[in-house]
Amino acid sequence: MLNVQDTAVGKVSTDTEEPIGCRIPYSVFTDDAFYKAEQEHLFRGPTWNFVALEAEVPNPGDFKSTFIGDTPVVVTRDKDQSLHVVVNRCAHRGATVCRARQGNVPHLECVYHQWAYELNGDLMGVPFRRGIKGKGGMPADFDLKQHGLVKLRVEALNGLVFATFSQEVEPLTDYLGPLITKHVERIMCRPIKILGNQRQFIHGNWKLYAENTRDPYHASLLHLFHNTFGLYRSTQTGECLMDESKRHSFLYSKAGSNDAARDSEVYQDSRSFDTSFSLQDPSLLAGRSEFPDGITLVILALYPNLILQQISNTLAVRQIVTHGPDSFELVWTQFGYADDDAEMDAIRLKQSNLIGPAGMISMEDGEAVEIVQQAVSSDRKARSYIAMGGGGADDADHLVTEGAIIGFWQNYREMVGIEERVS
Amino acid sequence: MDLSTLPRTELLREVTDLIALHAELIDDDQLEAWPDLFVEDCHYSVLPRENADRGLPVATIFCDSRGMLVDRIVSLRRANIFPVHHYRHIISTSRIHEVRSDAIVAHTNYLVLQTRNTGRSFVYNAGKYVDEIVFSSGKFLFRSKKAIFDTDLIDTLMVRPI
Ligand code: FES
Ligand SMILES: [Fe+2]
Repeated sequence: MLNVQDTAVGKVSTDTEEPIGCRIPYSVFTDDAFYKAEQEHLFRGPTWNFVALEAEVPNPGDFKSTFIGDTPVVVTRDKDQSLHVVVNRCAHRGATVCRARQGNVPHLECVYHQWAYELNGDLMGVPFRRGIKGKGGMPADFDLKQHGLVKLRVEALNGLVFATFSQEVEPLTDYLGPLITKHVERIMCRPIKILGNQRQFIHGNWKLYAENTRDPYHASLLHLFHNTFGLYRSTQTGECLMDESKRHSFLYSKAGSNDAARDSEVYQDSRSFDTSFSLQDPSLLAGRSEFPDGITLVILALYPNLILQQISNTLAVRQIVTHGPDSFELVWTQFGYADDDAEMDAIRLKQSNLIGPAGMISMEDGEAVEIVQQAVSSDRKARSYIAMGGGGADDADHLVTEGAIIGFWQNYREMVGIEERVS
Repeated sequence: MDLSTLPRTELLREVTDLIALHAELIDDDQLEAWPDLFVEDCHYSVLPRENADRGLPVATIFCDSRGMLVDRIVSLRRANIFPVHHYRHIISTSRIHEVRSDAIVAHTNYLVLQTRNTGRSFVYNAGKYVDEIVFSSGKFLFRSKKAIFDTDLIDTLMVRPI
């Protein structure tokens, strides 16, 4: 039987014995062993996970319930304005403490037996602690201080709130590195206002989405709407860069750099270049130039669970919440700037047709993840082949690269392990 | 025509007919005819209840002209990639919420079942239509249609109107 994998490698492996490129065994997307290991070593390991926008919890007593991987956590704003992140699991017998997605409370209280916690997670009191009429009650040495909610380290960067279970991981801006920090600060440049959420359930492994958002190669080939209207083409000026650790990636392009004649030449063999398609209502794409650098598309993929994006005038965070090896939830929170005028509000609202689960340039990613998941599910020995751009975890000053995907896998290999976990 | 002078039973019949036709065109994949159920200067949005309840404006689909409805359909046919699927709308009785001289406001619950090529049907989107219906060029048409949905965890993606 023809071994398709070896044939594919053979084509590029000319002068060395080693195949060029990166191959990932598909069991990373299907096996429970990987899922459990990454919850422990990655999501609850030495990583900073996005949990909220500060604007979601602006006032003392505000809380938001969310997840790090699949561990439930609550983000709270304390009376002194400080932010806390605690595990959303009662120290008594494990009930969910905050059952609403968000709200405002003076303190946190578990409904099961009414254990009450300060906004920072400290246990305040336990009903019937001394029993009733001398009967029952907690042991005499019961110490409230020993039974608070599990507290995480918290750091905020220009309105983005991150938390970690790790005591060892470096401070947030060191973890992100200067390039990523600078571009987070570029988007989060002034106070924001929340415009709304969208939630998407994808029947695929979350790492397929981590790959997808580090992949400028697919953007003009899968998302045909992009191409057809000149929002993004692989011929545009753009780059795909990483931080030093290659955990995170920064992908950008400039729509103003289209060259119609060159584009039709480059895309002549592709189904994805059809300029006969014009909008009946072009107001959808009539935006405003907001950033002096002329960048019209930014995808910042922050390891492990956040994508921060600017696409035209849409601004959003996308948070990955894992549900198991074969499904995850993507929570989109769209925002504008607090000082947006009415016209800008209208532009952002209209352009939100481009993004989210029904986004005319983003919906395909849900399908792309699922068609991979469907095909890899039954074959544990097969592997992918990632080499566009040269086959290394390299920065690229162009958009035909998969270097950042390889950077992601290098970090995953280090943190979770790959080959040794393949069963 | 002053709609408020018409008998309520007649208005309700027109409302019911229009909403049933809207569902049928979508379910039967006659999407090119769907925008014709709206006036030119219309509003159509599919809005998570979560946002509606908090007064947040983001809609999953937001169109403020018939042209944008056409563009959505052209995009679906020519550009977007999505799982092969069908919708099946189940529509409740409508309740006329308000009759003005130029418009009827009606509330209707709906359920959209989806079937993909696995052959299984599931509840894809449950919600409530808030419709503003006008009589224009001899026809009852939507001036505004909002589908406010409870099912705010959208399965895979949304390409087809609700
Ligand atoms: S489980 Fe929370 S108080 Fe008992
Ligand atoms: Fe994509």
